[in-house]
Amino acid sequence: MRRSDGTDLAIEAAGLVKTFGDTRALDGLDLRVPAGSVYGLLGPNGAGKTTAVRVLATLLRADGGQARVFGHDVLREADAVRGRVSLTGQFASVDEDLTGHENLVLLGRLLGYGKAAAGERSAQLLAAFGLTDAADRQVKKYSGGMRRRLDIAASILNTPELLFLDEPTTGLDPRSRNQVWEIIRSVVAHGTTVLLTTQYLDEADRLAGRVAVIDQGRVIAEGTPGELKASIGSGSVHLRLRDAAQREQAQKVLTDALDTVVAAEADPVALTARVTGNGNESAASEQASRALHALAEAGIVVDDFSFGQPSLDEVFLALTDRPTESTVDDPDAELEAIR
Amino acid sequence: MSTATLPATQTDAGSAIYVPSPEVIGAVLAPGERPPRPSALSASVTFGWRAMLKIKHVPEQLFDVTAFPLIMTLMFTYLFGGALADSPTEYLQFFLPGIMVTSVVMITMYTGVGLNTDIEKGVFDRFRSMPVWRPSALVGMIFGDVLRYILAATVILVVGLILGFRPGGGVMGVLAGIGLLVIYSFAFSWVWTFCGLVLRSEKSVMGVSMLVLFPLTFLSNVFVDPSTMDGWLQAFVAINPITHLVDGVRSVMAGAPDAMAIMLILAESVAFVAIFGTLTMMRYNRR
Repeated sequence: MRRSDGTDLAIEAAGLVKTFGDTRALDGLDLRVPAGSVYGLLGPNGAGKTTAVRVLATLLRADGGQARVFGHDVLREADAVRGRVSLTGQFASVDEDLTGHENLVLLGRLLGYGKAAAGERSAQLLAAFGLTDAADRQVKKYSGGMRRRLDIAASILNTPELLFLDEPTTGLDPRSRNQVWEIIRSVVAHGTTVLLTTQYLDEADRLAGRVAVIDQGRVIAEGTPGELKASIGSGSVHLRLRDAAQREQAQKVLTDALDTVVAAEADPVALTARVTGNGNESAASEQASRALHALAEAGIVVDDFSFGQPSLDEVFLALTDRPTESTVDDPDAELEAIR
Repeated sequence: MSTATLPATQTDAGSAIYVPSPEVIGAVLAPGERPPRPSALSASVTFGWRAMLKIKHVPEQLFDVTAFPLIMTLMFTYLFGGALADSPTEYLQFFLPGIMVTSVVMITMYTGVGLNTDIEKGVFDRFRSMPVWRPSALVGMIFGDVLRYILAATVILVVGLILGFRPGGGVMGVLAGIGLLVIYSFAFSWVWTFCGLVLRSEKSVMGVSMLVLFPLTFLSNVFVDPSTMDGWLQAFVAINPITHLVDGVRSVMAGAPDAMAIMLILAESVAFVAIFGTLTMMRYNRR
């Protein structure tokens, strides 16, 4: 694996600011991404994830702050950065009018491969990504998963040292998502650093060594997925009652059993509670089963009970004291502003 | 939540389903030596190839450069031929170089329209994050358009020859005329790449281009002899760059090259690229 200048940070950003009109898409973003792993940027729509990626990939000039990629300034040494990174954007970064093969040959030629070498490289990549049969089909006729795979194949054509993946699994079916996850693991195993943006805590948890939670253009929490979960409680309980009339009573029983705030959902039979277990996962699950037991004893009929990882909504509630909805009034605002 | 993801083994069912292999992906990630960066010209030609591929996959886009010039030529030859000259054939000797200029210059606006829609697509983010000569994506795009200009000029020439256009400059004269027109159009296209980047929508690019192109092409020496016009209009026609272009192309095709007009055409071409090429690149880099 190639490593530049002996630095072990792939990305070092300090105080990045970017405004679009009245919107502060980045509001003093700090980031330190160690080389050789997957780093997750987690946040809702409009949090500034895409803007951050575009600044780091030299596509957008920040209004303030500075950023270095493998020690190279993204503004002053943009070309050195471009030679080391690859970008897979949120929307297909391939040409939909062209075939898969043509796309890869085009990009190969732009990287300096000769005609024959570019063709060979394209065939190799298409085979590795299971797209050989679709090589001569226009990309607009590909499924979402195939398009994503081609997109990632195009991004590793130049064997990048840092790969930006902007919401690579948004809108994919579960199987395609699993394939993308496997591909990301393979790419990292080879030594490429991956900066992954995602809205899903689950995804960050499975892939990322470290995660930064972003909200309103700022990092509001940073750490390993385990540290993050521990900091906000290890799990959450969701339940649905048979009878809405029993909800108030159930809320009381649960509050006593779990010793935490139990929230009533918009659905008249649903309740949600965060289980802290004081950062200890088995203590949390014990608490949850105790709660279920207490409900049964009180004669409350439960139709559906689940105990699981906190969702992004819950992470946000815990970190910002407000639900994600308030930040997604206009989910396209950030993208619109970029255009 | 905890049950949201299927175990990996279940997704592997069925033989046709793609299963990523770390070994295979690792192998393609280790291709050995990186090739040297392509030259500015080579990168531009590669982007020109992209434009060719787009024509191959969406041939309908050639409609603009075939049907439109054909209709323009037929329409104006027969509409004005009787009134402005003794016959359409006679008018054609004066008019054909002019309508060729008008049609091709009008087609240049599609460069802006095309860029405006193309740049919104994610693939431009990839191009812009690659270490290639920055203007090459746009230069290549215009290379592709140059081919369309040549096609349009050829259509008009063929129609003209069928209707009775007999240029005094012969084959060489006609080729030189088309050459001047293509050089000028390449340069003029940069006005539209700039508009394509600055304006919000395809429609507004179209609107602005029409607003500029209609007066420029009609208030010129394309259709009638300027000596029949009012003094103030003559003054405008004289400074109109389209007039210079028509003078040059007409003179070369007639076999009596007007050196002054040709110099003006080349100087204006350089000026368009210098001014609007620079503005375009400033805008392109800032996005």
